Amino acid sequence: MTASLTLVILMAVLYGVGVYVMLERSLTRLLIGFLLVGNATNILIFLMSGEPGKPPLVGDDLSADGMADPLPQAFILTAIVINFGVTAFILALIYRSWWLARLGDQGDVLPDEHAGETEEQTEAVFRSVDDDDAAIQRALDESDEHADDDNDNSRAAAAASEKKRAKAAGRGQGTDTTGDEK
Amino acid sequence: MNALVPLVVIIPLIAAALTLVVGRRRRLQVLISTIGLSAVVVISAVLLVLVDTQGAISVNLGGWEPPWGIVLVVDRLSAVMLLVSALMLLGVLVFATGQGIADGDAETPTSIFHPAYLILAAGLFNAFVAGDLFNLYVGFEMLLAASYVLLTLGGTGARIKAGVTYIVVSLISSLLFLAAIAFVYGATGTVTIALVGERVAELPMGVQVVLCIALLMGFAVKAAVFPLSFWLPDSYPTAPAPVTAVFAGLLTKVGVYAIIRTDSVMFRDVPLQTPLMIVALLTLVVGILGAVAQADIKRLLSFTLVSHIGYLIFGVAISSELGMTATVYYVIHHIIVQTTLFLITGLVERIGGTTSLSRLGGTTSLSRLGGMMKAAPFVAGLFFIGAMNLGGIPPFSGFLGKIGLFRAGVDLGTPLSYVLIVAGIVTSLLTLYTLVRVWNMAFWRRKEEVDDGYESPLLDSLSESPEDDGAVDTKENSALMYVSATGMVGLTLALTVFAGPLYDYAARTAADLSDPANYTELVFPNGLPELEGSAP
Repeated sequence: MTASLTLVILMAVLYGVGVYVMLERSLTRLLIGFLLVGNATNILIFLMSGEPGKPPLVGDDLSADGMADPLPQAFILTAIVINFGVTAFILALIYRSWWLARLGDQGDVLPDEHAGETEEQTEAVFRSVDDDDAAIQRALDESDEHADDDNDNSRAAAAASEKKRAKAAGRGQGTDTTGDEK
Repeated sequence: MNALVPLVVIIPLIAAALTLVVGRRRRLQVLISTIGLSAVVVISAVLLVLVDTQGAISVNLGGWEPPWGIVLVVDRLSAVMLLVSALMLLGVLVFATGQGIADGDAETPTSIFHPAYLILAAGLFNAFVAGDLFNLYVGFEMLLAASYVLLTLGGTGARIKAGVTYIVVSLISSLLFLAAIAFVYGATGTVTIALVGERVAELPMGVQVVLCIALLMGFAVKAAVFPLSFWLPDSYPTAPAPVTAVFAGLLTKVGVYAIIRTDSVMFRDVPLQTPLMIVALLTLVVGILGAVAQADIKRLLSFTLVSHIGYLIFGVAISSELGMTATVYYVIHHIIVQTTLFLITGLVERIGGTTSLSRLGGTTSLSRLGGMMKAAPFVAGLFFIGAMNLGGIPPFSGFLGKIGLFRAGVDLGTPLSYVLIVAGIVTSLLTLYTLVRVWNMAFWRRKEEVDDGYESPLLDSLSESPEDDGAVDTKENSALMYVSATGMVGLTLALTVFAGPLYDYAARTAADLSDPANYTELVFPNGLPELEGSAP
C-alpha cells in the first residue's frame, strides 16, 4: 500500500497537537483539541483509501484500479457531520458552563422573561400591537389619499406618534419581569 | 419479514421527529413515544420468534449488496438484545411519565426529553442490528449524542460538571473507535463484520492483535471495563433517575455486545483469553471495593454496575459455548436488574427526602435515610427483591447467571479461571454486603435512630459526596411510577420462572456464535466477494 507522506505527516502533527491541547483543563481548548484529533482521524481514514492521486468515482467504464476508493470518502463525510453536531453541542455546553461559572447558582434562578405574564397580559400585548399596526396602516392610507398635498410632514408626524404609543405599551408590559439587574 | 428489521430504527427516529414538532404538548409527546416504543417491542418480539424458528435475517439496505451497501443483521443475539432493551426503554418511559405527572408539568423540564430519549433508543437498536462496523459507529454516535443531552438535562451546575467528564470520555472513545475502523479498513478493505472476520484470519497475528485491541479499547470505555471505568460512577448518578436507569442498564451493555461480536465473529484467532481474564478480575474487584466505600445509594449502584461488567467480560474470555450461554443469560439478567434497581432508588430518593435531583449525592445518603420500611413498605419490598437478585441469592436470576459462569469456568479449568471464580464469589458476597447495608440503614433502621444522631459502625469511613449539603426535600410518587417499578420487578422474577426456556435460547445463541460461518453465509449467501487490488 502506498500513501502520501505529506498526509501522514499532517495527520501525525494534528494528532500530536490535538492531544496536547486536549490535556488542558479549559473547555475551549478541549474543543479545539477535539476538532484537531477528529480531523486527524478523518485523514487517517482517507489514508486508508489507498494510493493517492486517483480520480474520484466518475464515469461508467472505469475499473476499480483506475479510481479512488469512494467508501472512505463516505466515511469521512459521515464522521464530519457527526463531529459537527457534537461540536455544536460542546459549544452550547461551554456557553452554559461559562454562564454558571460567572453567575454561580444565580444562573439558575434567573426568571424567564415571560414567566410572570398571565394569558390576559399576553393577549393584551398582542392586541395593542395589532391596534398599533392598524393605526399605522390607517395613517398610511390617509396619507396616500392626500398624495397630491404636501404630505411628508403629516405622514412623518403620524408614524412618530404611533411609534411612541407602541413603545409605551411595550414598556408597560415588559418592565416587571426583567431579572438581569440581579 | 425483512422489512421489519429497519423499522426498529426508523420508528423511534420518526417518533423523535414528531415529538420534537409537538414539543409544547406534553401529553401528545408521551402518547407518541409510548406508541413508538411499544411498536418496537412488538416488532422485536416478532423478530425474536422468527429468528429463533426460521434462522437469522440479513437485510441489504437499498438493494446494495454487501460489502458495498449497508447490511443489517438480526441473529439470536441481536434479537434478544433488541427485545430486552426495548422493554426496558418502554418501562422507564412509563416511569418518567409517572414522574412528570407527580411533579406537575413545570417541574420536569424540557420538551427535549422525549426526542432525545427516542433518538437514544434508535441509536441503541441501530447498534444491535448493525452488520458493518461503520454502521455500528453511527449507532454509537446516535445514542451518545442523545445521552449527552439527557445527562445534562436542565443544565444545572452539577450536571454540566458530570456531563463534561462523560462527554470528554465518550468523545475520545468514539475517536478511538473511528481510528480503529480506519485501520481495519486499511488492513482488510472492508468494514462488513462478516467479511472482516474472514479476511482478518489471513493477516499476520501481530496485525490481528493490534486491530483487535484498537477496537476493544473503544468498546471497553463504553462498557466501563477496568481501567477505563472511572468516568462512570462520577457521571451517571447526577442524572434524573429514569435517565440513570437507562444508562446503567443499556449503554454499558452495548459496549459488551460489541465486545462479544468482536471476539466471536471478527477476531476469533486472537489469543485474548488471558488478558481479558485479568481485566475481568480487576474490574470485578476494583469495582466492588469502590461500592463498599460509598454512602450514596446511586453511587454505590454505579460501582456495582462497573463491577458486574467483570462477570460479562469473564464470560466472553472463557469463549466456550458454555461460557457464552451464561454470558448471554447474564447480560439479560443484568440489564433488567440494574435498570430496575436504579428506578426503585429513584422512588426511594423521592420518598426519603432529597436535596434536589440535581445535587450530587446528598439525596440518597445512607447517613440520613432511615425508616423507609415503615414509610413505604411496598417500595422496601421491591428494593429487597432487586437487591437480593443483584447479590446473587438463589432462586433469583443473578444466582443462575453466576452459577452458569462458574460452571463454564470450571469446565475451562485453567488456574486463572479458578482465580476468577473465587473473585466472582467474593464480589458476589461483597455486593450482597453493600446492598444489605443499604437495606439495614435505609429501610430497617427506625427514623428516630437517624434523628437521634446514632451512627452505625456500618457507616464508618464511608465517602460522602463532596457537594452534599444535607438538605431534605421529599416528593410525591404517582401510581404510574409504582406500576412501572412493579412491572420491572415482575420481569426480573420472570427471568427465574422462565429460566429454562431462556437458558435454552441462550445456548442456541452461543451455538450460533461459536461458528462464524453461520454469520458469514447469512450476509453473503452467494459466496464471499473477491479481494480487490486496493487492499494490501
